[in-house]
Amino acid sequence: METIAMPAINLAVIMPEILLSCIAMVLLLVNVFVPGNNKAYLGYLSIIGLAVTAASAVGGWGPSVSAFNGSVVQDNFAIFFKVIFLISAGLAILISDRYMVQEDCNQGELYPMILFATVGMMLMASGTDLMVIFLGLELLSICLYVLAGWNRDNLKSNEAGLKYFLLGAFSTGFLLYGMALTYGATGSTKIQAISSYVMGNPGVASNPLFVVGMLLIAVGFSFKIAAAPFHMWTPDVYQGAPTPMTAFMSAGPKAAGFAAFIRVMIFAFPMLRAEWSDLLWILAVLTMTVGNIIALSQDNVKRMLAYSSIAHAGYALVGFAAVNAEGAAGILFYMLSYAFMNIGAFAVIILITKKGEVNGNVQDLAGFGHKKPLLAMVLSIFLFSLAGMPPTAGFIGKFYLFSAAIKAGYVWLAIIGVLNSAASLYYYLRVMVFMYMKDPEEDFEWAGATPAIAVCLLVAVGATLVLGVVPGTVLELAQKAVQF
Amino acid sequence: MFDLVWLIPLCPLIGSVINGLLGKKIKNETVIGGIAAGSVFASFMVACGILFQLLSLPGEERVIQKTIFTWIQSGTFKADIGFLIDPLSATMLMIVTGIGFLIHLYSIGYMHGEEGFYRYFCYLNLFTFSMLCLVSGNNLLLMFIGWEGVGLCSYLLIGYYFHKKSAGDAGKKAFVMNRVGDFGFLLGLFTLFYYLGTNHNVWTINFVELAKNADLLVPGAVVTTVCLCFFLGATGKSAQIPLYTWLPDAMEGPTPVSALIHAATMVTAGVYMIARMNFIFIKSPTALLVIACVGAATALFAATIGTAQNDIKRVLAYSTVSQLGYMFLAMGVGAFTAGVFHLMTHAFFKACLFLGSGSVIHGMHHALHHEHSEADPQDMRNMGGLRKKMPVTFWTFLFATIAIAGIPGLAGFFSKDEILWQAFANPHHHAVNYVLWGAGAIAAGLTAFYMFRLVFMTFFGQTRLSEKAFHHLHESPWVITVPLVCLAFLSIFGGYVGVPKVLSEFFTGGAFPNYFEHWLEPVFAYSTHYTEAHGAHGLHSVAMEWGLMGVSVLIACGGIALAFALYIVAPGFPEKFTSTFPALHRAVYNKWYVDEIYDFAFVNPCKALGNFLWKGFDVLVVDGIVNGVAAVVRGFSGILRYVQTGFVHNYAFTMVFGVALIVAVYIFR
Repeated sequence: METIAMPAINLAVIMPEILLSCIAMVLLLVNVFVPGNNKAYLGYLSIIGLAVTAASAVGGWGPSVSAFNGSVVQDNFAIFFKVIFLISAGLAILISDRYMVQEDCNQGELYPMILFATVGMMLMASGTDLMVIFLGLELLSICLYVLAGWNRDNLKSNEAGLKYFLLGAFSTGFLLYGMALTYGATGSTKIQAISSYVMGNPGVASNPLFVVGMLLIAVGFSFKIAAAPFHMWTPDVYQGAPTPMTAFMSAGPKAAGFAAFIRVMIFAFPMLRAEWSDLLWILAVLTMTVGNIIALSQDNVKRMLAYSSIAHAGYALVGFAAVNAEGAAGILFYMLSYAFMNIGAFAVIILITKKGEVNGNVQDLAGFGHKKPLLAMVLSIFLFSLAGMPPTAGFIGKFYLFSAAIKAGYVWLAIIGVLNSAASLYYYLRVMVFMYMKDPEEDFEWAGATPAIAVCLLVAVGATLVLGVVPGTVLELAQKAVQF
Repeated sequence: MFDLVWLIPLCPLIGSVINGLLGKKIKNETVIGGIAAGSVFASFMVACGILFQLLSLPGEERVIQKTIFTWIQSGTFKADIGFLIDPLSATMLMIVTGIGFLIHLYSIGYMHGEEGFYRYFCYLNLFTFSMLCLVSGNNLLLMFIGWEGVGLCSYLLIGYYFHKKSAGDAGKKAFVMNRVGDFGFLLGLFTLFYYLGTNHNVWTINFVELAKNADLLVPGAVVTTVCLCFFLGATGKSAQIPLYTWLPDAMEGPTPVSALIHAATMVTAGVYMIARMNFIFIKSPTALLVIACVGAATALFAATIGTAQNDIKRVLAYSTVSQLGYMFLAMGVGAFTAGVFHLMTHAFFKACLFLGSGSVIHGMHHALHHEHSEADPQDMRNMGGLRKKMPVTFWTFLFATIAIAGIPGLAGFFSKDEILWQAFANPHHHAVNYVLWGAGAIAAGLTAFYMFRLVFMTFFGQTRLSEKAFHHLHESPWVITVPLVCLAFLSIFGGYVGVPKVLSEFFTGGAFPNYFEHWLEPVFAYSTHYTEAHGAHGLHSVAMEWGLMGVSVLIACGGIALAFALYIVAPGFPEKFTSTFPALHRAVYNKWYVDEIYDFAFVNPCKALGNFLWKGFDVLVVDGIVNGVAAVVRGFSGILRYVQTGFVHNYAFTMVFGVALIVAVYIFR
């Protein structure tokens, strides 16, 4: 009698995911059984949970361990990304409570929902089977649809949730179709198996089934990272979603998209490197340019940051298109820095806007620099970092991305990137001009930072500056993470 | 102890951050001053520990590098945040932290009640931090950070009284002048890095690495260019011809700032830089000659201006320029040890003199304030007879003056005499030995003259204050006088660490060697060997050395005697003299019109060019292009905005269109 080979089950490899899922479920129950309207404690518990998960994830740093018959892997690449997800989730939670209370939507389920989204992201980073990556992506997406529409009484938020859901489902179709085609061409959904099949049958590289499968997978991920021309959902969703969730979506899930994108492209389609590298070249240029150009004419700061977020995905794609270790390490570093500087910027936006997200226009910031000098300085640091000025993390990140492109021979790509970066200065500096150089038309009072937001700002500013001045250690870690 | 070296710059930085961010809330002057002075004192303690540990090592092992982390790594270029501990940097660390601490302490008293007290200490700590980075960094880039840092902080501190236009102007002048020098520093850095890299594949800016590869530097045009570029940087920072004019104007800052800039920090940066890179400079006789000549000329030139100034701080400022000239003279004749020795002794007595003048101004200010007099508290013509009222200030000031005048037995004598002898006996420039020595000797005489002129006008004779004001004049509080006493003590005895060989042999039979020379020997060993290996020999004549020493002492005494005759015995004579030679006096008093010449030759043409570029080129051409591009982009942006309709089906269509396009391109190409 033939025995069924049981796959090696190694739960230790997915311990962080298990831990975080359990914590999220416990918090769901706690929320039900603990009465009261103050839900801030759930946030603090979540942060403890994230910290525990981070400790468990970082503990696996070192040689790669594969499990579940090659469906999931615990390697430095995944761990680095998991830390980014956990940090962005933590920072987003820190800035959530005040906003949710202000907008009357502080249901306690918010925090477990963020944690589940984080579990999804973690699975995307560590999955080495297209199905696992897909499941992670869906877990993440469903949570994000809910989070985008969290503010039920707000039309814009509803619109954001619905639009995100419709377009997300649409793009998932492409992704899944691509995966199916790839499976059809190679007979497996495991990245390892796909890659060895392609090595053994070089002819498959010219098989249209396989090429189109790769392209559709690329399209699916492009949607997730909001690369042009698959970015259209981003501004509406980012603007409509509750601000803390926008901050979260622009940092964590974007990084998760990159994690899965990089892993699939580099491992499953190494034979098509020339093809997808060209595709990424085009996507990078389009994404940077479209994001920046439209951001130029935005008056709403939140919407401006949404477009700028598109542009930043473009910068990261520059490093991806380079297809070398520097580029990949650059993306890891950039995603980490971006989590800090972007969530930090959104945290200040939360303090600036009033209920119903009024006063979110750049003109409303007139006089902010004099009324709230510390907050204005902090926002300026984030904006400088987003614009890529030294001595901030944004500068170092862009420097490595662009120098990777130059090393790979994509000099023009780097030049376009730098020009885009220069153009982006306009809309970042415009905020500062209003903050410091314009007098307010009416006397206006801004709220101060709550302790939780202050902690978030402190961490974000500290990280932005430290990564900008002493990037050495983190860069080394990023380089170690991409030695697959 | 060496592992703690990072604490030395870090402490003042922390102090600066605390005072900068929270000073406004702290308000309490004692706390703010305590944080600032305490942080520098902590650095001083660490520096002391490092010095003692260094002393316990054998001479050849006294080069320790402590790398904290890699700062920048890009291709072949690598810069660390790392520290270099050797006798030279240890000496500088001691000077900067020790004297810096005394000045911080003094400032607490001097700045009492000033608006922006916390701002002052924030800048002062930042300044100390920058200077400590400069002298302890193990590579050129870190040195440049400190180099720029002191430039920035000097701008902030000189312009501290920013509501006064003259102070703001002086700050800007210092900054711009320094920028000219920084430009030279950077060019030198790039050239050196590129030259070693492309020709010898040694891509480094680390001092120890550079020193190891010093043999690769072949004397020639490139090395001379590198040296001259670096020297241009040094002239900016250390106030040498042609970039010295900012230093006298720097008097606009509070007096302790002048003491800090002039004595312990900033101006010594250029001297330190050349000493640090002596192995490069020794390769270029041309550059050495230029440095020696510029140094000698500056020493003499500034001394002449010093004789006719009436502002007590201005006299000291020109004195600083002149003394720095001596240091560069020493560097230029290859007497690096003597130059660093003079740097140290000068730090002692010049800090003492500046703080003493600050004490005088402080007292004068209060006295005049009581009388509601508008008279200038810094003008020596308003002073006189102060020694009875301010005995501590007077005695400390007097000792420092004797030291700077080069009277045997005090610190200044040993170092200055060593420089003069080396200028005469050096193995490098036989042709101009007499000229270099002569300029130095005459400057020494002038130094003695103007310094004693200052002492006599300020502390002796009848007071020129009104009786009531004079009555209100009193000695400064202890935070001011204690640093003065410490510094006077160092001015008197600090020179005994470097007693010249002839004196030591004559008086003690060689039992009291030149510790300082021995201490710094390993740092300059390469240069010494290089000079000897190339057959250049200096003059060795004990009789000659004694003779020249005698002459220079005589010249100094002559200067003092002249000052005594003119300002004590016949106080009317200077008036008569100036009225007899009005043109000469006016020229000297107006600093030989150098500022006016610079205005005419550089500033005004630059302004005219700037105006032309602004109105002609910038507004029309550049702005036109920029605004044009911006308008086009904004228009484009406006159009693209309409693509973002908000309708889901439009978005989905765009996606499908994108997919179709991509797939089509790949299928049909």
